[in-house]
Amino acid sequence: MNRLVKRSVSNFFALKLPSKSLCTGVVKVPGSNVAEILNENEKKENTTSNSIQQYDIAIVGGGMVGMALASFLASMPMTKQLSVAIIDSNPALSGSMSIKKEDPPDPRVSTVTPATISFMKDAGAWKYVEQNRHAYFDKMQVWDYTGLGYARYNARDVNKDFLGCVAENKVLHSALLSCIQDSDFKRTIYPLRLNSMTLNRSSMSVVEENMSSRESSSAQGQCARLQLSDGNSIYAKLVVGADGGKSRVRELAGFKTTGWNYSQNAIICTVEHPSENRCAWQRFLPTGPIALLPIGDKFSNIVWTMSPTESNQRKSITEEEFLKDVNSALDYGYGPHPTSSLSGTRDLFSWFQMDSTVSANESFEVPPKITKLASERMVFPLSLRHANSYASKRVVLIGDAAHTVHPLAGQGVNLGFGDAYSLSRIIAEGIALGTDIGEVNLLKKYEAERKPANISMMAILESFQKAYSVDFGPFNILRAAAFHGANYIPPLKRTIISYASGEQNFPVFL
Amino acid sequence: MALNVTIHRILRHRRFLNSANSTLHLTNTRCFSHAPSPSPSQSSKANDKDPHSGSSSLKDNELAKFAAISDTWWDSEGPFKPLHLMNPTRLAFIRSTLCRHFKRDPYSTRPFERLKIVDVGCGGGILSEPLARLGATVTGVDAVEKNIKIARLHADLDPTTSTIEYCCTTAEKLVEEGRTFDAVMALEVIEHVANPEEFCKSLAALTNPDGATVVSTINRSMRAYATAIVAAEYILHWLPKGTHQWSSFLTPEELAMILHRAGINVEEMAGFVYNPLTGRWLLSDDISVNFIAFATKSQNAI
Repeated sequence: MNRLVKRSVSNFFALKLPSKSLCTGVVKVPGSNVAEILNENEKKENTTSNSIQQYDIAIVGGGMVGMALASFLASMPMTKQLSVAIIDSNPALSGSMSIKKEDPPDPRVSTVTPATISFMKDAGAWKYVEQNRHAYFDKMQVWDYTGLGYARYNARDVNKDFLGCVAENKVLHSALLSCIQDSDFKRTIYPLRLNSMTLNRSSMSVVEENMSSRESSSAQGQCARLQLSDGNSIYAKLVVGADGGKSRVRELAGFKTTGWNYSQNAIICTVEHPSENRCAWQRFLPTGPIALLPIGDKFSNIVWTMSPTESNQRKSITEEEFLKDVNSALDYGYGPHPTSSLSGTRDLFSWFQMDSTVSANESFEVPPKITKLASERMVFPLSLRHANSYASKRVVLIGDAAHTVHPLAGQGVNLGFGDAYSLSRIIAEGIALGTDIGEVNLLKKYEAERKPANISMMAILESFQKAYSVDFGPFNILRAAAFHGANYIPPLKRTIISYASGEQNFPVFL
Repeated sequence: MALNVTIHRILRHRRFLNSANSTLHLTNTRCFSHAPSPSPSQSSKANDKDPHSGSSSLKDNELAKFAAISDTWWDSEGPFKPLHLMNPTRLAFIRSTLCRHFKRDPYSTRPFERLKIVDVGCGGGILSEPLARLGATVTGVDAVEKNIKIARLHADLDPTTSTIEYCCTTAEKLVEEGRTFDAVMALEVIEHVANPEEFCKSLAALTNPDGATVVSTINRSMRAYATAIVAAEYILHWLPKGTHQWSSFLTPEELAMILHRAGINVEEMAGFVYNPLTGRWLLSDDISVNFIAFATKSQNAI
């Protein structure tokens, strides 16, 4: 399993949101009062109501997942005529920043699975990723500090050329942005933040108000109204919350979440090594896993999970000491290497000889030695969070706004891309059948498609995280057995690779 | 037989009281177009008895029940939820058959542009609105005035659907006015009509030559008795008890025959199947319970 840092750029900015929001007049009150207040405001702004822009979809949060949704919508014939507003105060969205090849690698990277790559190819965005720094990898090695077992995965086990691709977040983001700019998709970028939102929960209460006042502006009665940080408002038939783990849309729409903070932080940085690396390495240590992911040109990305005190300490020590720690963590620190000649074990699984995988014959390799630190060290707290529901009338959540996971398997942003893909297909289906895209029954179809898949992935990652945080003799043996099983039982290995690649939505061992 | 028939009930599907003896006298021919109503006091303050409808034969308590329930037409979690869930499935069938018949591009977002469609028994407009969004010029008719009011108000909330013309009238009255349409929809209506054969003749008269007629109803089969009546009314409480009479269901063969006698030929039929595990309706070949028929009027017919 490989790791990633699932940070989207907008999430970074979300951290800077003021904790008190300025409501510009319309207070979100549950029940039918909302309609009355809205109507009063409409009367006041009757002269300006015609100038309030109306959109089909408002995507709040223009990070990787938000832009992915926009580019999927732009690439389908049913949805490319929709008008979309993207609300994100990130300056990168104005398209003026371009990526140069000589730029040093950014430590925020993501691993994209083959499923995500195929979504992006369908939308026409992948070719832009390939123009910048990116790294396909076809091998993976996972082991732990006990030295009792290891597992190697190879893309040729499942007859593919690569297991995944690692790219910097800014590369993925700009690829999606370029893809949208290419098409004549009607999108408007609002470099602002969302202050508050009014949703007409009960359409009929608005109707009854309008029966007495008969305003022509009742045509906006069906839309959600978003107030932005510059005081202006826009209307949208559907509001998509793609604004990251601390989602404002999720908060305003009143979605409850379940989850907890892991008492772990992750340090990420870019490092350099003398030779090329085409393998993703992950070693589980007692305090948390360390992963080394190739990002191209002899650079690799380190994602190291540890306790908060250790992470603060490791962030502040010198570069030399840090590199020493890293090399030790990848190599002999904390425990021995697993032995690679496991003739005894091989005999145990000999009935699989006919079906054996390429990687079962590979022996344990030591990861490359790190020689240089190529970026600053960044620290992020880790948590698990899941919204209890993803959709209600006129609002839907995708990406980290709906779920945040531990980075240990590199799945976080891939779940988000899966959400964006699924939502775009559901919207297209709705438009084909003349449905109002904000209708809750349509959005619930998206939830029914994604929620079980997301929850099962989260459950598996959570069990891994818990399983590897215990250092207890018999438990270690169990884990070693699991490694051997995964390494030497071909159907199990193929299922694991297939599930982690996004080809299967559920890890059903068939 | 006179065209001006006393119709036992032409209702939209669910949640309307089945008082077996009440009849609607259709002397009321007020046609509410989409122009705004003359004064706010006339547009009913929800629960008042409507002074203009010929529904004086309807009891006050029935009207009150209609009023209370009518507001829930567009509450997708309310009593009309099963209809809302079934709607996309019906639209999928309609879209594919009409696109094929009128040779429209199935990948277009507005394939029904310039087609005149009438939705007979439109209720709150659940079918009319998506048809309008798909580009059609829609006229919705229903004999219950409250439904038309609700439909009008809801359609006005979205500029795309505010072009729908709603009339509180019947199919027979429209025929008398000489109106014709490219496509005539009568979904979940015919099982509530006193004389299905006459009703089909009206539908045929409303259809242009080489136009389409789409009728959906429930099959008169044992399985339909078990699902649409026993399960839906008594067990799941999707419909109030007595909404449907099993004896007024039509079998697909009977429907095809009376349509044929009216000059309309059934070309395609499909069924709706409900999956209780996923809560979704699916289009299928199984016409033993809910089914929908696509028929056309020949080009040479009058």
